[in-house]
Amino acid sequence: MELLFAITVGVLVAASVYLMLDRNVLRFLFGMVLLSNAVNLVIFAAGRLTAGAPPLIPDGAYAPDGVVANALPQALVLTAIVIGFGLLAFTLALVYRTFMTLGTVNSDEMRVSEPVAADKEAGK
Amino acid sequence: MSWLLIYPIIIPVMTAVVAYLFRNSPAGRWISVAGTVALLVASIMLMATVLEEGVVAAQMSNWGAPFGITLVADLLGAVMVVITAITGLATVIYTLAEIPERLEKLGFHALLQVLLTGVCGAFLTGDIFNLYVWFEVMLIASFGLLVLGGSREQLDGGIKYVLLNLVSTIMFLAGIGLLYGVTGTLNMADLHLAVRQVENEGLLTAIAVMFMVAFGVKAALFPLFFWLPASYHTPPVAVSAIFAGLLTKVGVYALIRTFTLIFDQDVGFTHTLLLWLAVVTMVTGVLGAAAMNDFRRILSFHIISQIGYMVLGLALYTPLGLMGAVFYLVHHIIVKANLFFVAGVAKRIAGSTDLSRIGGLYAHAPLLAFLFLIPAFSLAGFPPLSGFWAKYVVVKAALDLEMWFVAGVALAVGLLTIFSMTKIWGAAFWPAHPDGIKPRLSDVPVGERVALMLPIVALAALTCLIGLFPEPFVQFAERAAGQLLDPTDYVTTVLGVQP
Repeated sequence: MELLFAITVGVLVAASVYLMLDRNVLRFLFGMVLLSNAVNLVIFAAGRLTAGAPPLIPDGAYAPDGVVANALPQALVLTAIVIGFGLLAFTLALVYRTFMTLGTVNSDEMRVSEPVAADKEAGK
Repeated sequence: MSWLLIYPIIIPVMTAVVAYLFRNSPAGRWISVAGTVALLVASIMLMATVLEEGVVAAQMSNWGAPFGITLVADLLGAVMVVITAITGLATVIYTLAEIPERLEKLGFHALLQVLLTGVCGAFLTGDIFNLYVWFEVMLIASFGLLVLGGSREQLDGGIKYVLLNLVSTIMFLAGIGLLYGVTGTLNMADLHLAVRQVENEGLLTAIAVMFMVAFGVKAALFPLFFWLPASYHTPPVAVSAIFAGLLTKVGVYALIRTFTLIFDQDVGFTHTLLLWLAVVTMVTGVLGAAAMNDFRRILSFHIISQIGYMVLGLALYTPLGLMGAVFYLVHHIIVKANLFFVAGVAKRIAGSTDLSRIGGLYAHAPLLAFLFLIPAFSLAGFPPLSGFWAKYVVVKAALDLEMWFVAGVALAVGLLTIFSMTKIWGAAFWPAHPDGIKPRLSDVPVGERVALMLPIVALAALTCLIGLFPEPFVQFAERAAGQLLDPTDYVTTVLGVQP
């Protein structure tokens, strides 16, 4: 099971790095979505993959019976998914707005805040 | 007791909510001012308690450590919260004269307060995953502030800021996951003990480097700083100022916290790496500044260069080095925010921040010129201003370790800082304005003039105060550094047992 998770994470990271090397900001963003999901899997796997019962404590007891799954990484992943989704929504809106304002999603052409002196002289 | 730790987080949140409700009326901005004053009072109370009783900690919802979320303040955490409140108050007062009603109606003050919440939370939390959450709170607010208004420059800079910071956050999260995997805990005090039980030290060092990269992006360390000079000069000046003062310093704080409390088992590798990164950061920052020709862009590059000094103090990992890092952190926040405020006033009265298009400030606004010199000379490290003592301690720490090259670079970078400051002086203050404008402060309406100048005067006075009476501040930094190097008090207070 760990091996499967490790391979999945590896493939996701490789794909995301490939996407993030692109000059198209939208593809960069897709790469980031993949990367954050890969990291969610890393957290999940780091909390040990136990094929046990749900971590419920029976009435009157102080600890669960027998082998149970680790609940903490699940809580962490849940938090990370929620935060990641919020940031994704914001960033998508930002990229769209930037495209509408600047007319490009190519990061090489985004030089408004840092104009290149040579560009100015060439009259770009 | 525990409420003292919660106030600096709950006050800005409540202020944000109320300020958002009143965003369409002038009351909104005054609620923001009042909330920040309350934050300052609360942070000073917290500081007094920490000074008197040592480290204070509180377990949220009474979940005992290490299972619940812990809030904890040692001297470093407490002083950072105080300085956050001071910078926040200066910024909020400055916004009264700068931020147009259009932005206020979009919820500017609410975002600013959420930013303060995130920063205070990051300084006070004792839980590494909680630190991630506060980073996110801080980030999302800073994204909003950066692009609010939506000009072409803002969106362009905003894209780079947002995307690079998100990569760093994902890296941070991966580091947390792996650290939890090898130690089984997220509480920072508990981690201090747990990392000593880990047998696979190589894995731990690899995780340490992930944290270094994640916080390195936030702190704008070489070679991860490119988002900073792309974005910091684009938003309104008040936003630039609070970003310049606080945000990168949260990254430095996180570096100091994790690399003294958690990752101190392979100092030979991690801290040597930090040392050389710090040296290169100092040099690239100052050279970048020398190449710029815009008031705010020069200052942005100087943030990077100054970050190098703070990380250098941490990397030396001696009591004197850490003391220098803490002193530098506090001094730098005040000075840097102040310089951005001065740049904002120059823009207001002379019409631009492009150095080739302004001038005449010395002849027509001598008060502003004088108030520029104080933080500028402090930044460069002139005695008797605060920067002198900060640089002196860091360089002395390097000399004590017989690192002649590192100390030499630190001094040379100081010299180049003066070069940049004289460049600003020689272009913006000394010559006549190229368009023949006479940039006078008296042209600004009285109310706005007070709001613009009050933060500058107050922060400049603070710089002089630290510079002229350094003794209590140095002693304080020494105690804070002592707590960082020997976190017994921190660990005992959080866990409630002797380690």
